[in-house]
Order: sequence, then structure tokens, then C-alpha cells
Amino acid sequence: MEKFKVWTEKLNAWFGENHALRDVSINVKENDVTAIIGPSGCGKSTFIRCLNRMHELVPGARSTGRVFLDASDIYAKSVDPVTIRRRVGMVFQKPNPFPTMSVYDNVAAGLKLNGLRNREKLDRAVKRSLELAFLWDEVKLDLDKPGTSLSGGQQQRLCIARALAVEPEVILMDEPCSALDPVATAKIEELIASLKTQYTVVIVTHNMQQAARVSDNTAFLYLGQLIEYGATTQLFENPKEELTERYITGKFG
Amino acid sequence: MSSSGLRRLKGRLAYGLGLLCVLVAIVPLASILFEVVKNGISAIGIEFLTSPPGVFDKPGGGIATAIQGTLILVGLTCLIGIPIGLLSGVFLAEFGNNRFGRTIRFLNDVLTEFPSIVIGILAYSILVVSIGSYSAIAGAVALSIIMLPIVTRTTEESIKIVPSSIRDAAMALGIRRWRATLSVVLTTARSGVITGILLSVSRIAGETAPLLLTVLGTQFFFSGLNQPLDALPLRIYRNASLPYTFARQQGWGAALVLIILVLGLNVGVRLATRGRYSTGRSRM
Repeated sequence: MEKFKVWTEKLNAWFGENHALRDVSINVKENDVTAIIGPSGCGKSTFIRCLNRMHELVPGARSTGRVFLDASDIYAKSVDPVTIRRRVGMVFQKPNPFPTMSVYDNVAAGLKLNGLRNREKLDRAVKRSLELAFLWDEVKLDLDKPGTSLSGGQQQRLCIARALAVEPEVILMDEPCSALDPVATAKIEELIASLKTQYTVVIVTHNMQQAARVSDNTAFLYLGQLIEYGATTQLFENPKEELTERYITGKFG
Repeated sequence: MSSSGLRRLKGRLAYGLGLLCVLVAIVPLASILFEVVKNGISAIGIEFLTSPPGVFDKPGGGIATAIQGTLILVGLTCLIGIPIGLLSGVFLAEFGNNRFGRTIRFLNDVLTEFPSIVIGILAYSILVVSIGSYSAIAGAVALSIIMLPIVTRTTEESIKIVPSSIRDAAMALGIRRWRATLSVVLTTARSGVITGILLSVSRIAGETAPLLLTVLGTQFFFSGLNQPLDALPLRIYRNASLPYTFARQQGWGAALVLIILVLGLNVGVRLATRGRYSTGRSRM
């Protein structure tokens, strides 16, 4: 029986009066890649931002419902959101390395700013994370260069390494390839396939071919509601809902 | 003339007008620098820079006391003004999005416009009267009241310019909010913050009115925080009003030294904090 790493129960989210997510309940399997697809504005990004409690950082934003990480509700009153964010990492659409830091310092940032000072441990963590992100060989001689001196694809892999350095259990990716060229995109998709052995990955994408390529399960959201969720091959070849079928055949969105 | 020819002519006229305005704006700066250098360079010498003032009606002596005084005042003022201004700016940027913040911001802006003589009177009535004498600390307090709102405002504005994606990235790593603000956002805003600090230091180094009422000026070197202190703007002021040519020449010399001091401070800090990592330098 496969284990669920993250699951949501009737998750609702608002931006002020705007009801962005309606009763969304999704189970994310451990060590799988789950894709969230849907047209612009359907709530995909809002959804994953609820999984690491980033949604509540927006002024006027709120949410109801429960989100479980390993069987405990991350929204329980006693939970410190900062600890959740260390266990659930995030990579954003536009690569955002810290501009005043070197490659090394960028990757080490999550550890250093949480108190780790031991140089050897930091060195090991940086090397390990850059290797996992398929970036080590390209930057190992340039660790002191500014993080922003890398190319777009390299910067995104740097951000992935930075997220991996704090040793999360889940990695959320919000359209990580939409600002990248096809070659860089392919590298990242390869990277995602290798990550899933150790991590649980949830990836938001507006590119259906990408979802079909990289994910094991896919959820289709439309106007804040979960329309269909299932194994990727089944959803794309044999969708159960008519709306899903219309979306994946390009009839709208 | 064809319409595209007319447009090109308008473009050239606008360019020419703009260029003219820039030149007109530069003229006062250029002429001040020229006058100060021309009149002051002859006063510069070893004795001038290293000895205290002599008798006011005979040539000789120098402005060493004034140089020391200005440096001490600037140092003390920065010690008071920079930490308070920085933290206020950070506070307003992070937590100032409400009525309380708007009120503070408004009062802060009012304070930047305050006539410095009024601030001088305030420092006089509180510190000089209670201590019983004109004093260095009174001068430092007065100058820091002038410096504070400038640093607060520029710090806040520099932080607000940092893109929210940077802050998002830091929060998503599970970094505590205050740590994210200080170590990531503030360092990213670094160059704007430093510019603000430099601007305010340049401003206070030359303020004269509050010094008249707080440190008074003296012929002696620094002798204690609660004693009068000499300063370059005061020397310039006093010497310029004396009827002796050599005294006025010393005034010009002091003005030249002050300008060099301020320029040197700007260049020095810029060089020292020039990093390879400033915002906006990427080759994506």
C-alpha cells in the first residue's frame, strides 16, 4: 500500500474576497511526482503555496481546511510555520538566487541563516546539494562567483540546490521551467526524475506535455476546484471528466 | 517639412534643451569648486593642517582643531543616528503598512524639512542649559536629529525596492522572518542604504547653524564630551567675517578641506563597499 506524504482535506483559500480554492482534497503519494495542471488562474500556485504555508504571508490571504504532512495537520495551532517550510521546500517560476551572495553562499543560505556554522559540514552540504541538482560539475571551480552570474537554467538549478540543502522531505515546484529554454528545461526534467527517489515532488505546470513526461499522478484544477485526479497515463489517455478531456485536447485554456 | 522630418527636428531640439539645462545645473557646482580651490589652495600647508588657530589679528596658525572637531562630531553623530535610522527604516518597511506606520512616516518627513537652527535651539535648551556649557555631545545630538529622518527614509525606500521574489525565496527556505529581513533583504538593499547614509553625512558635516548654538567653537583641541568643540563650518564662518586677508584666506582653506573631506568620505566608502554582488548585475 503506497504511503501518502501530503494530503489536503477540503482546502479552501481566499485572497481577500476572492475565493481562489474550493474544497480541494488531494492525496500526494510519497516518492512520486505529482503534477498540478489547469488554465491560468485556476488556483494551481495558490494550492501549492498552501502546502508550505506561504499563502498566509500575502496580506489579506487566508485559508481553511486541513493539510496533513505525515499524518499531522500543518495548520494546527501549535505548529510553527517555519518548521513546515524547512520540511517542504519550494522552487519558483523565475529563478531567484540571492543577488548579493556567491554560488556557495546561496546554497548554504538556508543552513547558515538557521545557525549552522561548521565550515566542513557546510562544504559537504553545498557539494551534495549541487550534485543532486546536476550543477556541481559546472560550478565547482566557480563557487565564489556571484549567484547571478550563471545562466538562466543554471540559476534555476542553483535555486533547486538551495532548496535541497536544508534537506526537505517534499519539494514544491511552481512552473520551474517556464522561464527557461528547451535544453535547460530538459535538464531540469531529468533532475526531477532523479529527485523522486529521495523526495516527494509536486510540480505545477501549464505545459501538459511536461506533465505527461515527468509526473506519475496528475491533478486537474479549474476555477479553484479539483476536477479530476489520477495516474498520469490514465488521466491523459482516458480522462473521466469531460472538462478534463476538453482541456487536454486544447479546446480551452 | 515632412512629418518625420518635423519629428526629428523636435527630437533634436528637446535633446539640445535638455543638454543646455544640464550644463546650467552644473555651472553653480563647477564655479563653487573652482572658487574654493582657487582661493583656498594657497592657504593649505603643513602648519595650516596641523596647528591650532593663532591670534586672530596675526597670520599663522591653522585649522587642526577644526578638522579634529568635525571628524569627532561626524563620528559621534553617526554612532547615534545610523543605528536608530537603520532600524526605524527596517521597521517601517516591514511593519509600516498601517495607520501607525503612515503617521510615523509623515512625522519623519516633516522632520527632514525642519530648519536646522530650530533643531539647534532645541539642543541648546535641553542639553547646553542642563549640562551648563556648550558641548560636543549637544552638537552630536543636534546633528543626529538632522541625520536620523534622512537615514530612516532612504533605508525604508531601499528595502521596498528589493523584489518580493527575494523575500519569498528566503521565507520558503524556512528562515525566521527577522533573519530573512536582516541577512537577505537588507544586504540586497545595501547600496541604496549606504547612499542614504553618505548623503546625510555629507549634509551634517557642513551644517553650521546648530553648531553655533551647541558646540560654540573653540581654539582648543577636544577636551571632553561636555566641553565646547571646534568645527570646520564654524571656522569658515568666523574667518569669513574678519577684516584680515590672511584670516579670510584661512576661511577659504578650511572650506577646501571640508569639501575634500566630504568627497573623500564618499569615494572611500564607495570603494570599500564595492562588491561584485550588487543588485541588478546578472547576465541572464
